[in-house]
Amino acid sequence: MSTASVPLPNWINYALLPLINLILAFLVSGLVVWIIGENPYEALKLMLQGALGRGEGIGFTLYYATNFIFTGLSVAVAFHAGLFNIGSEGQAYVGGLGAALVALAFDHYVPWYVTMPFAVLGAAAFGAAWALIPAWLQAKRGSHIVITTIMFNFIGAALMVYLLVNVLIVPGKMAPETRTFLPGGQLPKLDWLMALFGLKLGPAPFNVSFLIALFMCVAVWVLIWRTKLGYEMRTLGLSRPGAAYAGIPYVKIVMITMLISGGLAGMMALNPVLGASARLQVEFVGGAGFVGIAVSLMGRSHPLGIVLAAILFGVLYQGGAELSFDMPNITRDMIVVIQGLVILFAGALEYMFRPAIVRIYQQFVRG
Amino acid sequence: MDFFDILISIMGSTIRLSIPLIFTALAGLFSERAGIFDIGLEGKMLAAAFAAASAAYVTGSPWIGLASGIGVSLAFSMVHGFASITNRGNQIVSGVAINFVAAGLTVVLGQAWFGQGGRTPQLAGAARFTPITLPGVEAVRDVPVLGPLYANVISGNNLLTYLAFLAVPLSWWVLYRTRFGLRLRAVGENPGAVDTAGISVTWLRYRAVLVAGFLCGFSGTYLAIAQSAAFIKDMSAGKGYIALAALIFAKWKPVPVLLACLLFGFLDALANFMQGKSVPLIGEVPVQIFQALPYILTCILLAGFIGAANPPKAGGVPYVKER
Repeated sequence: MSTASVPLPNWINYALLPLINLILAFLVSGLVVWIIGENPYEALKLMLQGALGRGEGIGFTLYYATNFIFTGLSVAVAFHAGLFNIGSEGQAYVGGLGAALVALAFDHYVPWYVTMPFAVLGAAAFGAAWALIPAWLQAKRGSHIVITTIMFNFIGAALMVYLLVNVLIVPGKMAPETRTFLPGGQLPKLDWLMALFGLKLGPAPFNVSFLIALFMCVAVWVLIWRTKLGYEMRTLGLSRPGAAYAGIPYVKIVMITMLISGGLAGMMALNPVLGASARLQVEFVGGAGFVGIAVSLMGRSHPLGIVLAAILFGVLYQGGAELSFDMPNITRDMIVVIQGLVILFAGALEYMFRPAIVRIYQQFVRG
Repeated sequence: MDFFDILISIMGSTIRLSIPLIFTALAGLFSERAGIFDIGLEGKMLAAAFAAASAAYVTGSPWIGLASGIGVSLAFSMVHGFASITNRGNQIVSGVAINFVAAGLTVVLGQAWFGQGGRTPQLAGAARFTPITLPGVEAVRDVPVLGPLYANVISGNNLLTYLAFLAVPLSWWVLYRTRFGLRLRAVGENPGAVDTAGISVTWLRYRAVLVAGFLCGFSGTYLAIAQSAAFIKDMSAGKGYIALAALIFAKWKPVPVLLACLLFGFLDALANFMQGKSVPLIGEVPVQIFQALPYILTCILLAGFIGAANPPKAGGVPYVKER
């Protein structure tokens, strides 16, 4: 029997192995920091202080984490059904259009809590719509979902730039963005939540969409592990022939899964569009869709893991921004390097240490 | 400008814009024909561009730039190979990781070394691959039609451009007329059979991935020190994905790869040319349509509406020997 198929206890599979891979990613990042002539330990300290030191830092950290929870859930839901959705970036981008249209239509007339449910629906519907064609192509025409979702990221980006430059732009303004939403189209900040912990939020854009994200985590957990649909999705993800043998309709499950995945990605737009900037801007997603891949991999496609991984990446994003102030030699792009290394070690090289761990574990068990 | 001059100028820029696509799509061709998906083409191109520009700046030699570009691209290929062949990791995940690491590292190192916000310093003429004037240009310049075509489209390109056009028949020959090529194609369709024949699947796939790295080294070098005179942050700007689209559009075959790259290069050139101009009857065509067209065409092709595009059967699946 090869070492790949030896069963290991859950705490090794779900805690120890990811932790080792994460540490390795940080060690290599530290090496990069050292190569460019800075002290990795100092850098780490500055980063943690910047992300978790003050209320404002925590506010920004959780703001970023909110984005990553949505996109992480989006990738994870598809992954449970064996689908690799690389299109969360584009789905979130188009989802922003849905959220913005609702806000633009409603903000004159009703308060934010009336707008919010419609904005959630709008964002989810537009995000899902952007996943619809790749889903159909995968389910009915057999085109690889990875390729089509990548293509749709670019098509979505082109579409959104066109709309913002030519259609939604405020006449007479140069910036390709919609008008600023009135308070009726904005999601309020969560100052009170921070105040409970004795922290001041300051200008950080931490807002209600964080609560929506947490709610979606619970909803996804229920969907995947407590419903028939979730069971069918997981069966399909484990084995397509097995699912077919059990009478699970491939086309239907693929379509539904991708619509849910796209919807979750679309809802990410609530946070930056309605929560932070109160208008639709070019490139507001800023790579959060791709971070979702890393978050989902780190969190082992489980909502709880995703929340933890999203906060970790929130720390990276906020801490990285602060770090680049204090150490101008290290640009914000260092985050992108760390992110890439996390994806590499936690995703592609996930089993690198497994044979060694299996050997140690077996010796240990035999005693 | 009359119609013919416009045509000549668009043809010229079509060629310039196609070259990085040709190298990169051929790189993807070797890798994917051996059964290793490569989303990381974009990252390898970018890393190679940075390495080439940095080395050419420091040494003043475009050849050392090219060698560095290839070297760095090969190193990234080895990481991809190690993850997806030796460790049987997910090839897509590995490719995505490579794109991230390359996008971040080029800017971080560029800022640390040169302090120009991630750019490399402007290169002097001698440190670049500069245009070559082919013999007889002056003699034929006044010949109608053919003269300007020869002088402005065929002549006056740099060495890497001619190498790109040579790389296409060479790739065809390697893939279809050598033992290595036969085995490489076989390992992408049925690695089990290749293994049974006593040939190492692992070593074959590693070689395919290395060829991909080698070719991406050329495309990156072209971007940084032939087309431009410096590395700029994110200068590959999605060209790796366009090359991937071209590879699919060409149904994983060398000569169609050339044609698909020329088509996508032409769309790009046309988009640049059409910016702000209006077409009779239609009006101004948004530039975004041209930008999205390669991706839209590829999706339509993948849907099987213009003939089937079937990827190599074992693509994306790690080979497990004992099963």
